[in-house]
Order: sequence, then C-alpha cells, then structure tokens
Amino acid sequence: MATKKFITIDGNEAVAYVAYRCNEVIAIYPITPSSNMGEWCDQWASEEIPNLWGSIPSVTEMQSEAGAAGAVHGALQSGALTCTFTASQGLFLKIPNMYKIAGELTPTVFHITARTVSSHALSIFGDHSDVMSARATGFALFSSASVQEAMDFALIAQAATLEARVPFLHYFDGFRTSHEVSKIEMVTEDIIRAMINEEQVVAFRQRAMNPDQPVLRGTAQNPDVFFQAREACNPFYDRCAAITQKAMDKFAGLTGRAYKIYQYEGAPDAERVIVLMGSGGETAHETVAFLNQDGAKTGIVKVRLYRPFDMRAFMESLPATVKSIAVLDRTKEPGSAGEPLYLDVVATLHEGLANGWGKLRTMPKVLAGRYGLASKEFTPAMVKAVFDNLAAATPKNHFTVGINDDVTGASLAYDPEFSTEPSNVVRAMFYGLGSDGTVGANKNSIKIIGENTPNYAQGYFVYDSKKAGAVTVSHLRFGPNAIRSTYLVSKANFVACHQPVFLERYDMLEPLIQGGTFLLNTANSKDEVWNKLPQLFQERLIQKKAKFYVIDAVKVARETGMGGRINTIMQTCFFALSGVLPREEAIEQIKYTIKKTYGKKGEEIVRKNIAAVDQTLANLIEVPVTATVTSQVEMPPVFATAPEDIRKTLGVIYGNLGETLPVSAFLADGTFPTATAQYEKRNLAIDIPVWDEKTCIQCGKCVVICPHATIRMKIYDAKSLEGAPATFKSCDARSPEFKGLKFSLQVAPEDCTGCVLCVEVCPAKNKSAANLKAINMQPQAPLRAAERENWDFFLKLPEFDRRKIKVGQLRQQQIMQPLFEFSGACAGCGETPYLKLLTQLFGDRMVVGNATGCSSIYGGNLPTTPWTVDNHGRGPTWNNSLFEDNAEFVLGFRLSIDKQKQFACELVQKLAPQLGDDLAGGLVTGSEARDEAGIHDQRERVAALRQKLQGNTSSEARMLLGVASSLVRRSVWAVGGDGWAYDIGYGGLDHVLASGKDVNLIVLDTEVYSNTGGQMSKSTPRGAVAKFAAGGKPLGKKDLGLIAMSYGNVYVASLAMGAKDEHTLKALTEAESYPGVSLVICYSHCIAHGIEIDRGLGAKQQKLAVETGQWLLYRYDPRRTEVGENPLQLDSAAAKLKVQDYLLSENRFKMLTKSKPEDAKRYFELAQHDADTRWQLYSYLAARKLPGAPAASAAPKA
Amino acid sequence: MDLSTNYLGLKLRTPLVPSASNLSEDIGNVKRMEDAGASAVVLHSLFEEQFLVEERELNKALDQGAESYAEALSYFPEPKEFHLGTDEYLKYIAKAKAAVKIPIIASLNGTSVGSWVKHARKIQQAGADALELNIYYIPTDPNITSSQVDQTYLDILKAVKAEVTIPVAVKLSPYFSNLANMAVRLDQAGADGLVLFNRFYQPDVDLEALEVKPNVLLSSAQARRLPLRWIAILYSKVKADFAATSGIHNAQDVIKMLMVGAKVAMVCSVLYKQGIDQIRVIEQELRAWLVEHEYESIQQLQGSLSQKNCPHPSEFERAHYMRAIHNFKAA
Repeated sequence: MATKKFITIDGNEAVAYVAYRCNEVIAIYPITPSSNMGEWCDQWASEEIPNLWGSIPSVTEMQSEAGAAGAVHGALQSGALTCTFTASQGLFLKIPNMYKIAGELTPTVFHITARTVSSHALSIFGDHSDVMSARATGFALFSSASVQEAMDFALIAQAATLEARVPFLHYFDGFRTSHEVSKIEMVTEDIIRAMINEEQVVAFRQRAMNPDQPVLRGTAQNPDVFFQAREACNPFYDRCAAITQKAMDKFAGLTGRAYKIYQYEGAPDAERVIVLMGSGGETAHETVAFLNQDGAKTGIVKVRLYRPFDMRAFMESLPATVKSIAVLDRTKEPGSAGEPLYLDVVATLHEGLANGWGKLRTMPKVLAGRYGLASKEFTPAMVKAVFDNLAAATPKNHFTVGINDDVTGASLAYDPEFSTEPSNVVRAMFYGLGSDGTVGANKNSIKIIGENTPNYAQGYFVYDSKKAGAVTVSHLRFGPNAIRSTYLVSKANFVACHQPVFLERYDMLEPLIQGGTFLLNTANSKDEVWNKLPQLFQERLIQKKAKFYVIDAVKVARETGMGGRINTIMQTCFFALSGVLPREEAIEQIKYTIKKTYGKKGEEIVRKNIAAVDQTLANLIEVPVTATVTSQVEMPPVFATAPEDIRKTLGVIYGNLGETLPVSAFLADGTFPTATAQYEKRNLAIDIPVWDEKTCIQCGKCVVICPHATIRMKIYDAKSLEGAPATFKSCDARSPEFKGLKFSLQVAPEDCTGCVLCVEVCPAKNKSAANLKAINMQPQAPLRAAERENWDFFLKLPEFDRRKIKVGQLRQQQIMQPLFEFSGACAGCGETPYLKLLTQLFGDRMVVGNATGCSSIYGGNLPTTPWTVDNHGRGPTWNNSLFEDNAEFVLGFRLSIDKQKQFACELVQKLAPQLGDDLAGGLVTGSEARDEAGIHDQRERVAALRQKLQGNTSSEARMLLGVASSLVRRSVWAVGGDGWAYDIGYGGLDHVLASGKDVNLIVLDTEVYSNTGGQMSKSTPRGAVAKFAAGGKPLGKKDLGLIAMSYGNVYVASLAMGAKDEHTLKALTEAESYPGVSLVICYSHCIAHGIEIDRGLGAKQQKLAVETGQWLLYRYDPRRTEVGENPLQLDSAAAKLKVQDYLLSENRFKMLTKSKPEDAKRYFELAQHDADTRWQLYSYLAARKLPGAPAASAAPKA
Repeated sequence: MDLSTNYLGLKLRTPLVPSASNLSEDIGNVKRMEDAGASAVVLHSLFEEQFLVEERELNKALDQGAESYAEALSYFPEPKEFHLGTDEYLKYIAKAKAAVKIPIIASLNGTSVGSWVKHARKIQQAGADALELNIYYIPTDPNITSSQVDQTYLDILKAVKAEVTIPVAVKLSPYFSNLANMAVRLDQAGADGLVLFNRFYQPDVDLEALEVKPNVLLSSAQARRLPLRWIAILYSKVKADFAATSGIHNAQDVIKMLMVGAKVAMVCSVLYKQGIDQIRVIEQELRAWLVEHEYESIQQLQGSLSQKNCPHPSEFERAHYMRAIHNFKAA
C-alpha cells in the first residue's frame, strides 16, 4: 500500500478528478449541483492536463442533457471511453439513451449528484428521486455516501463497468456530498492505473463500430424475437454484483479502505436495523455507534449497489438476530405500495428466507419510511426516532421523519436535543454575506487545518436564494477522527456573526454550547456593544456562560485596503479564538494560504491581505458578559405589515424558521400568493438615491432602468398632497398634457439595493455643480425613517388613469405601476428592468410561463415573489414548468385561453337573448381589444355579464361564468434566458415560432447560463471566457433573431434598454400588439460579464455594445409588408467605435488577454469581423426594396 | 557624416529616438522605427495604475457574486495563471529585443513609492537596455509642500535605482519651484539622464455633456521652446544626459535641441501625423543641413548654443522675456 496522501476537497471535484483521468470523451451540460464536475473537466482540459493514458480528454458542452446523452452514446459506440455528469431533470433527459447504452452493454459511468425532481415545486437540493426514476434503465445504480466514498466509488465504478459491461450510474447526494468540503485520502493516479484493466479497455474498443469490421446495432425487432433478445443480457447482470464486490476488494488491497456492496455496521447481535443509502448512512452509522455504547442492539445496512440488487448478498449482510427493519427511502413515490428500496428489501427478505440465504431465519417486521427530501436535515435525533419506532408496540409504517406531518400524522416525533456530536470535535458556525467572502475564507480554513494538522475537517455551506445581499451560513467541524456527521452543526463551540445586521434577524446563539464563544463584527466599541445587542442575545450569552469577542472588521478592512472584504480578518479571529491551531502557527498558515490563493492575481492583493491579518489581533477585543440582561433592544418582527396567513408561513420562512412549519402550512398543489416581496424590507443599500426635484427633467429614465422597482414616479392632483409627510417632495409636472398636475419621484429606501444604475442613466445635471444629477446617492441610515414614511405616502397616491397615458412616450409611460418589484436578483441586474417594464404595460392581464433560470429563481423562489398586483388585485399570474419546455408550456396557455374565449363567445351568443344584444355583441367584439380603453370597457362588460348571470342555474350560465374572464384578452409571455432559448429549449421554441399563435417570447439574453454560474451557451459571443469555455469561446454567437425572421411571420426585435430605452418600449409594445408570435431578444448585462454591475455600469456596457456594433438594435414587423414596406428596421447606427473597445471593458473578454493573450488577439480580430459582416448583412436586409408581397399571415383564424 | 551620439551610456547611431507612445505597442511598429533609422526606441509605458487597477478589476471580477448563491458559487473559470499587464510588458520587452538590434528603453510610469517599483528589476531582467522613469505627478493637495513633491521624485528614483543596474533616465515635468535645483538633486540621486519635458495632457470641457473629457492634443512646434530653454540652462550643470522631447517635428528642431545640449531628440507627434517613415526624412534633412553647414559630426555641435556656450547667456533668462515683450508688435 502506498503512502497515504490527504487532500481537502469537495465531492464534485473528487469525482471529477477520477472521471477525468479515466475517460477520453466527456459530454456535459450544466445543472445544479453537478455543474462543477463538468467545469473542472473543462478547466483541466484547457490547462492541457492529460488523462491516465497521457492524452487530454475531449470535453464538449451540449445543448441539453439529452444531447449530452446522445453524444455519450455515440462516443461509446465508436470506441472512446466516455462519461458524463448530471442531476435531477438532467438525468430524466438522459433516460432514453440510458436504455440504449445499457441495452447495448456499453461500459460507462454517469456521475450523478442526486437531486430531487420538480413536482409541486422545483428544488436544487438532494434526494434520490432522480436516481430512482432511472432504476429501470439497465444501468447499475451505485451509491456513495461521503466525499471519500465519492472519490473511491468513482474509480470502483469505472473498474467494474469495464469488466461487467453493465453501465454504471454512480450517485452521491447533491450538496450534502457534492458540495461538502472534506479532508480525505487521495486516490492517486497509481491507484487508478492499478484498478483499470487495460485489456478490458482494449476489448471495449474492439466491440466499437468500425467500418473495417462493420456491425449492425440499433435494429428494429418484431414480436417474434424482441423478448428473447432482451433477455440475452441476463448473465451480465447476474455477474455484475460479484464483479463490483471484486473491484471493491481489489481497491481495499490498494488503499486499505474496504467496502461491501451491502455494508452492515453496528452490533453483531442487532435486533433493530435501518436499511438506507447515500449520505444519510453516515449519520445513521454515527448514531448506531453512539446508541450501542449504551447497550442498544442496533445496526444499519448501507446499500451501495442498488441495481442490480443482489438479494443473496443483501441477506448475508444481516445479522441472524434482526427482529425489525426500517427501510428508509430518500424519495417519494405517491400512491405506491412503498418506496422502491422498501419494496426491494421486502421482496428480498421474502425470497431470501425462502431460499435460506444468509443467517436470518424468520421474517422480521419491516417498516417503510421517507426522510431527507430535497436535503431536508437528517440528524441522529431522527435516526434514533426511527429506531424507537421499530421498538414501539404499534409502530408507524410508511412514516416520514424530519418533518411535522400534521395532516396525515405520518411523521415520527423526535427529540431535537438528542445529539451524538463527539466532544473532541470543534464545531463552528459563521453567519456572513456572500459578498464579504466568509465562505471562501472558511474553505481556506478547512484546507489549512486539513492539510497542516492530523485533524480531519469538514465544511458545509448553506446559502439563501437571493442574489443580492445573499446570506451564507458556514458549518465547520474539525476533529481527530474521520467525520461522519452529514448534518448541519446544531451544537456549536464557536459562532461568528460577520454582519451586525443579522443580529436583527437570526437567533444565532441558539446552537451555541455552554461556555462557547461568540464573535461579532461590529462598529460599536467595547463599551457600547453590550447594550446594543438585542435582549435575546444577552440572555443567551448569560445563560450559556459564553465568551464574547468583538472586532471592527470593516475598519480594519478599510485601513488595510481590503474594501468590503472582511474574510481574512474574521478568519484570523477564528483561529485566534478557537485554538484549533497554535496561534502563531495559524497566522503563518493563513499568510501562506493568502500567498497561494492570491499570488497569481497580483502582489498588491497579497500585501493587503497580509496587512489585514497583521492588523486583526490588535483589534480583537473580549467584551465582559454581565450578570443580567440590560438591553432594551428587541429583534424587529419580520413581515410586520403582511396579512397574518402570509406572516405565519412565508414570514416564518423568511425568518429562517421554515423548518418549523408543518405540512398543513402549505397548499397541496404548490400554490402561493403573489405580491409578497414587498414585506421583506431587506435594507441592503448603504446609500440610496435622493431626488433633486429642481434639477429633474422628469424623463423617466431612472425609473425604467431600476432593476428593483424601487424608484418610481407619479402624476397626481395637488389636492392629493394633503397630509403629506414634511419631507415628501413634489413639483409641477412638466409634460404639457399634465399641466396643472403634480409630479413626484420617490425611492423605496428599504427595498433599494443601492446599485446606482438610476444615477448612472440620469441625463440631468445640476447647473451649479455638474457632479450632481437629478438623483444622487446619500447614506441610507439617516434617511430611512423619513423616506419610509414618504414611500408609504407615495404608494397611497392615486394611480393615474391608464387610458390617458401616452404609452409610446417614456416620460409618460413610466408613471404606470410596475407589477414586478423588489426581486432578489443581483443589485444592478440587467434582466429585471425588461420584466418590470412588461408588467407596467401589460401586467394586469399577463400570464407568464418562466423557463428555469435566474428569472425563475428571483421570480419564484420561496419565500417571496416580486410579481405583484395592482390596486384592483390584478397582476401577472406565474408558473415555471421546466427549463426545456417553456415555449411549449406557454403555447399551451394560449391554446387554452383561446379555446376558453371561443367557448365563452359561443355561450354569450347562445345567451344573447337573456344578456341583451348590445352586451352580447360588445362582449364578443371586445374580446379582441388590446388597448387600455378597450380592455377597461371589456372588463366592465364582463362585470355586467356576471351580474346578469347571477342566480342563473342553467348549464350554459354556469359554464359561461367559469370562462367569462377569458373574454378580456390576456397577454401571454414566455420568459427565459439564452440557455433556454438558444440551447435546451430551442427545438420547442422553434416549433412555437412556426405556430403563428399569439404568444410573446422574451429572451433575457445574458449570453451565458447565469443562474448556474456562467457556463457558455450558444449565445455566448466569440472570445468570451465562460465556464465550459475556459479558453475563450472560439465560435461566434448564434443569431437567433435572424433565424426567427426567416419564418417571415414572426415579430422579432433586438433590444438593449441601456442603449435606447424608448426603443425597448416601442418594441415591447409592438410585440404585444402583434397577433402572432413575437420574439424579443433583450441584451441583459450580467454579473457573469465581469463588470461591476453593483456600481451601475450595466447600462453603459449596453450602450457601448451598441456603439461598437457588437449588439444591433432592430425590429422586424411582418405587418409592414402588408403596406409594401420592408419589415426590418435597423434601429442602431453604424458602429462608431471598435468592438475591442467593448471587449476590453468587460472582464469576460479581458480575462482571455491575461490567460491566453495570443488566442485573445485572434478572437478579438474575428469578433470585429463578426460585427462588420453582421452590420453589412442587416443593412442589406433592411435596405431591400420588397415587391408588393401578400400580407404575411399570422395565426390562421380559428 | 558622423551622426552618432551617446545617451545613457548607449552609443547611438543617430540622435533620433521615438519617445514612449502607444505606437510602440505593436512590434511591427518597433521594427518599422528601426528600419526608418531610429537609433533606439522608448517603449510605451507600464503604468503604476496598471498593476493596481488591473489587480483590483481582476479580483473584483472573479470574486463578484462568488460563494453567495448555491447554484453559482463562482461565475468564471479560474485559469492556473494570469498574464497580468506586467508579465505581458516584460514579455514584450523580450520580444522587442529579439525583433530589433537597436537599444530598447523601457518606460515605467508612476507617482508614488510602492511595490510597483520592484518591476524595474524585472524590466532589466527582461532585457531592457535602459529605463525611462516617467514621474507623471500632478499634486492637487494644497497641504503638500513643494519640497515634499521634490522628495517624492527623489524617493521614487532612488527606489528604482536600487532595483537595477541599467541606466535610468527620469522624465520630468517643468513644474518645479526651482527646476535647476531639482535637476541637480536628481543627478545626485543617480539619474543617468533627464528627459525634458513631460507634456501633461490637459483636459477639456464638453459643454453638451457637462463633463470634463480627456483630450490628447498632439504637440505643436511651440511646445519645443520649453525643453529648449531648460536644456540650455541645465547643460553642463549636471552630469546626466539630456533628452529633448515635445514639439520636435523636423531636422531643424532636432539640431536646435542638440545645440542647446540634448544628447538625443525624441519624436512622437510627427510620427502620428506623418508616419513612422518620417524618421528617415528627418535624418536625411539632418544630414543635409550638417553637410551644408559644414559640420563634421553631431557631437561637434552638442551644447554649442547652451546657456554656457551661447553668446548671450541672459537670453535664456529674464532678459529674454523683457526684450521679447518690448519688441513685440501687434499684427
């Protein structure tokens, strides 16, 4: 056995490390939480790191997981060792090919970060729902339970598949294993080489398709032979389990780490046994060891090989003494006789006992349970509850554990105080903001401890779903033995609060143990801070006899040039206080890690970080904990102004206590109210814009660009000002149409993110000081109270009559109420201004289908949604189907709505004698109305209709009431990003483009998969560095607009609000009015462009993109052909700057000049050529004189 | 005709040296300069801000949004190594050295003593024959005294000299209380050459946008008067060689500069306006003028009209001013 080599790594990297070395072709597609494996492989390939045989694997991103599976199938059939990575819906898309790959007995390993699948809701978190859906494909299902096992099993699976010819699906729990950072023993290349049998590799190649020895595969077969031929594979499956065990045994010989395909742990004379797989097995293992110390007779069977299920081996794993078994499934199969593992175990026991396999001689009691869906915590307390249930006289069967099911009573009660955490493990929790670098620093701390001490180390990180002001909680463990605790820290020795604002929001000291340490970053002095703590914190510190330390990390960061990054400072405090390492050694190691981490990024950053370390200890101060509570400060209530039902559900989730909600708190079909983001009041902005009414020209540019709808304008009558707060600002409206009315611009102080976009786009300058505009940033804190009052007053001002607004003029249009507000998108987001504008124009009648991605997360991730309602309670209704099917989903909306409208019209005509001809006729013709006045009138007719039908019990009347609302035209929108429109959803989108139906498709084009962390899409421009294009994208951007125009009857527009906001307004209005398919492609600047979007630079980049010809503005309106005009109008001018001026202003391109300067030069030249030829083509197309063409037809009339 | 000159210990074929500009960012241009007869080339500047801004931007881009949101723990792949501007500049020096035979003078541009001066050593290691240290400093803080400003120049020079053994020339602005004293102190601090003068690009105002805009104006002939006067005054007062820069557009300008004491005459604006080949024209005209006026070599005339050697030394002082305004008649 070779010398042991340790590494601190997460599960994804551990698996990718092995997969990369064992394969030649890797086909990938991003999906959380598996994306990182593909990213690692792409990066290693770009760094020219070879595989086991000295060759650099070919890593190819596909358009979807289905595409990746197809490519894998092809690569395997033609003889290259091939693998892929995925999760959840991605695995679903691979299933058709998996049947093929298995049916052809092709060795491969698919590495899966097991993740739940979308049902009542989407969730990115881990369970086995996806894997269980693949259990019939013929793949071997092989489960690893920890970061160590993930690395080990990746190799064992590779060795086994080559021998068995059965393809393997190696899975490990999404996030819990894939993202846990852990100190593990490294699988070296020598071990990999020793495990891979090259003769089997050669044999695999010999079976490949080769014209020199041609074969026919993939035939079609008839009833005469299909069945027999399908059964021919049986011997391979019969051998597979033994081959897997053999590979495990060989691996044990090489590494000393011995595994069994069904591994029993616990008392040799156990009476109660839990059977489960995945990371929960580690927690169960820890719990069993703990319980058995006190004489309990418990055990567990960790199922490693789930398919093929080796009944005999399973039976042999069980002690003879077992009386009861609980089979825990981390999946849900509604309506089944039990979840899959349970059914397999029951069948195995039945058959095994009959055949006399194993030591067990009598049928034990077998219970089924579900746990841990979507990374729901699975703790020793829950394991104990399962064992207690097994021992109960009348145990619950088909139970759940970990939740409170107060609807069906299926859940087991558990004691949350029960803990198995060993006393020799240091447990620390850190509350930070994403932007303060807390997680990165903690990852470094784990590496420092893991790699410089004999201690084992574990880190797990919990993130919220906001992209601006995201809160992170880090859970770290350090101890002398391998750590099996695959659950969050619940008893902490050390708690650090890196942001003082969290004192108002989270009960951070609840997990702190007696005598533990609390570290607070605060600007308050040692003498002030105690009384500034909320009462609850004082109580807990006193009660727990805790030590309390403070540091003004912001001050230290500022003084050492670190800006807002307090990570290094807080990390130094942790080491100084925790005693995990001797202080001097710890400081030395932190400095070493700083040099290692930042060295390549420049000397200055290293110098600043080291200066920060040096300054920290002098500023770290212990605060005495007094004997009694002296504070008057109370934690403010969350969702204070929300209705009770919302406060008690969504408010609880927002307060970080969602775990406490029972099943009854939720509607069974996944429905939630909209208009909930208004209750958050996150107070993220340090500075907020302040209006100077004397300088303002009332153009509306700041309002339209605001990503968070936190700056708004209203026109109103002067008498509405009655009762206005003293500091509420108002002036005369400038627009001639609004003569005599008042104008106000108001900021929502507690919702603004401080992104500065509004100030950046403001064209008005103060005539006495040109550095001031009509809005200027000022510190939020002193303004908060007054502006909160002003905001509330502003909201109560009456909305202007929509029928009287000239929608084509931005300065007027922007007084329309936005029905998309306060989203959790990044500060300065480039997508949300378009959505907000849509809701101003059509929100009261919008039906939205949202492709999965950034917009579905900031649009629909609990607890809140930015989609909201107007004063009549109307607003966008929203749903997310999948990533790939959004265009089809929305086409379904249209078909459904049109059908209902048609039916309603039919019923109206039938009931015309009762309704009166005027009303009936008006209802039918008014159902086509698209303008504000027409819609207003139609709503009144529908109200009259309802009135008239009241009490009418005829079938027609009841049916008509059911569809009456469809008589008001609905605006149907598909919202999604370029990942959807250009790649995974393109097939469906193309079909919808060809449908001619009245649907609107808006593509928020960030030119990258933003939500999953910046992977290349076909929209990514040439030369941009992105994940999966670490060496810069060699090919140009797909021209989706041009493709759509080729249909001739699709309205197409290319927009960039930051470059020309009126153009955006015009195009969106035209698109909606077009009675066929409309496709609007919106340039959306993004954090993944490497620009400082939180400093308001996005709009400037949009302008630059247009001025350099990198992005074109145009509208293609098929209606123009009806009057003999060219449908294409090019709305941007010829480039006045070079493309390079734009490219070098964004780090996504500029990075390439730093990593691969030669390639950058070449790509940049080609990018200029792309822009030049695109301009030529579009100029030509727009200039053509068209012959008098017949009118382009949109939807055929129903 | 011997056109050769010695500058910073370098034996140069002619006194014609292109000054630092972005023309030299293209290696093809550096070759063209040599082909046209340039006797050395001052490369474009490596700026102090380049290190700091580039580092900051890069780190911000890589850190922005990272470790905040479970699905996107980062937004960019992180390459194993970055070729920061410094690395590229160093590589470029080596490339330029390989491409041409004439001496390559690197240019380092900054305003404060900091870690950036360490790059001087790397510049030397990369093969530069000399270093031009461009201290482009505009003090705007009223609390900073002129002696503090002077000291900053000296400190930077000393810090750079401590890093290198190749000759170092300092490119100066004319804005000192006593330029002569400053020149002497720089000389004492080890400056091998003084490049007079830095032509500060003055900003302009955009009346429509109500913004102050950077605006590069190429030098006019008038600009050469200032270096001409000061080289003349300082000639022989310091050991350091003088390079004249600003407003040198033709052979006559070159000759004037050499006569007041410059070792080399640096050209830039004229190359932008008329192309790099203009160096060849200037050399031809220079040669013709010298032949016509029966000079034997450049070295023969260097310093011949300096304050020390000219017939009326006071012409470089206040007397010149008095006479000038007295004789001036409105057109």
